[in-house]
Amino acid sequence: MTRGGRLFGLWTAALAVYAFLYLPLAVVVIFSFNDSLLNAEWVGFTTRWYGQLFENTEMLRAAANSLIIALGAATLATVLGSMAGIALQRWQSGFLRALPFLVLAPVAMPEILLGVSLLLFFRQVLDLTLGLVSILVAHITFSIGFVAIIVRVRLAGLDESLFEAARDLGASPWQTFRWVTLPLILPGILAGFLMSFTLSIDDFVITFFVAGVGVTTLPLQIYSMIKVAVSPEVNAVSTLLMALTLTLIALASKLAPDTLRGRA
Amino acid sequence: MALLEIRKVSRRFGNLKALDDVSLSIEAGEFFTLLGPSGCGKTTLLRLIAGFDEPDSGEVLLDAQPLAGIPAEKRPVHTVFQSYALFPHMTVAQNVAFPLQMAGKHPEEIGRRLGEVLEMVHLADKAQQFPNELSGGQKQRVALARALINKPRLLLLDEPLAALDAKLREQITSELIALQRDVGITFVFVTHSQQEALAVSHRVAVMNGGRVEQVGAPEQIYGFPRNRFVADFIGTINLLPVEVRVAGGDALRLVANGLGEIVSTPVAEASTGQRGAYAVRPERVRIFSAGDVCELDNHFQGTVNEHLYLGDVTVYKIALDNGAVLEALLANSTSGRTGFLERGAVVGVGWHRSAGVYLRD
Ligand SMILES: Nc1ncnc2c1ncn2[C@@H]1O[C@H](COP(=O)(O)OP(=O)(O)OP(=O)(O)O)[C@@H](O)[C@H]1O
Ligand SMILES: [Mg+2]
Repeated sequence: MTRGGRLFGLWTAALAVYAFLYLPLAVVVIFSFNDSLLNAEWVGFTTRWYGQLFENTEMLRAAANSLIIALGAATLATVLGSMAGIALQRWQSGFLRALPFLVLAPVAMPEILLGVSLLLFFRQVLDLTLGLVSILVAHITFSIGFVAIIVRVRLAGLDESLFEAARDLGASPWQTFRWVTLPLILPGILAGFLMSFTLSIDDFVITFFVAGVGVTTLPLQIYSMIKVAVSPEVNAVSTLLMALTLTLIALASKLAPDTLRGRA
Repeated sequence: MALLEIRKVSRRFGNLKALDDVSLSIEAGEFFTLLGPSGCGKTTLLRLIAGFDEPDSGEVLLDAQPLAGIPAEKRPVHTVFQSYALFPHMTVAQNVAFPLQMAGKHPEEIGRRLGEVLEMVHLADKAQQFPNELSGGQKQRVALARALINKPRLLLLDEPLAALDAKLREQITSELIALQRDVGITFVFVTHSQQEALAVSHRVAVMNGGRVEQVGAPEQIYGFPRNRFVADFIGTINLLPVEVRVAGGDALRLVANGLGEIVSTPVAEASTGQRGAYAVRPERVRIFSAGDVCELDNHFQGTVNEHLYLGDVTVYKIALDNGAVLEALLANSTSGRTGFLERGAVVGVGWHRSAGVYLRD
């Protein structure tokens, strides 16, 4: 094949992949602006579905729940996950060698398994009433591993002698952390926060198991609505959620490029 | 009492003896150099002094106080790292002021000291720059300024010039000498370049395989190596296998197989019949016309094998009668020199009895 031909082939393949990934999403976005109740043909442009969305109190309550849970879960998971990431990088000997595995395993665990086991744990072991708290704890559980990985990769990319230099120049362990370690891993920590936030606000499977009856989150709400029909309103809320998610992921990958683009 | 005392220090990593019974004492105000091949334990020793690591046995004393158990940040010892280890998220000014900030010094004092130190290393105009905007030489100066600003008792420098090109090395070497003289702080400098070591140091410790082979002033180390390793490691040297014929008295008489007698200065450890090597530097060997009378103690005949023109000097390789090849340096400024000695020319070589040393095996 000629050089031009090969290039053409590559471009076509790339386009096909992107189309495969984003075409379904694009359809949702387009129909959210369609002036028709049916997701069938294009009738005309409108924003009234978005207007309706903001008058739907059930939807708004679900959105508020999702935001509260996402903020809370992301904050706590970031604190705990950062500490875990630092610990994983610092202590890599003896029985602690098993730790990375234990922290990171939930990342790869099938969600349904995590959902079921958390449900059992909350109900049978803790005898907790399912609701905001159980969702929060569940989301923290599956986010910690992501934060830990991102922070650890960031830390591993730094020259060990920076920390020795700080100590050498008179900084106590705490001062070294405060003035050298923390500022240097901060982008990783922020990226971890954004990742956790996105994971939490999008999560369906695990939330479905641990939500109980009283509390609904945005994904649960969307699910209960499409059981009837995929209404334009669902398209609108999905579009908003998608926009938020993409923005946060883009921000996160800017902050921690080494972790979120390929190598991890 | 010396400023720094290293007493019988050993450090193992598994089966490897990175430091093996090392003892050194370093005086206040000294520019002291640890010289040795890669892996001989130089960095390991510095890390023990800085407090990043502890010896398995032996002790390190600073101002007669044992350092054991004192963490790195409490030791009045600062380090210039080979990689510089500048904090990438801080400006030059913030980097250099770091030790004073950590020590909780008054902002006014920090400002004043910062100005002085940046002036000293010619970086006043770079104060607001970040490390990744600096050249290698400038980074090196920042690292130096940062390590000096809080006036440590001892400054450790681990191959601080290794990452610089030859020209810059030379320049910074002279700056380093001047700096050490001006600030009066004791420097412990690590290098594996013998040239650098000889140029900058008051005293040099030559290390090999975790042991200290010899400690002395550059001219002692160079002129009177104590063993084969030191002789070989520092500069070039001619080594002739010899046997001791007469040990006592005012001269040491050696015999080189197939060559004849070599007269040398007496050394305590020589005894009659002992085998060893006779070492003499190329620049101490004189070359003269074959027929000339020579009143040097040691003189032999040889044939020119080849010559190497190095600009300032020419190195001649001369085959002696017993087959040994001797290197001799001839300065190109030598008066009366008109051309090179031809290959195959028969010449005389000779040297004074104090020019070389006998090294026992
Ligand atoms: N933490 C460690 N664990 C295991 N072995 C080590 C450790 N630190 C050093 N060594 C070994 O100890 C020996 C001495 O190392 P050291 O770094 O002191 O050498 P060096 O003289 O500084 O060499 P270079 O000139 O290459 O820097 C080497 O063989 C090295 O592999
Ligand atoms: Mg080293």
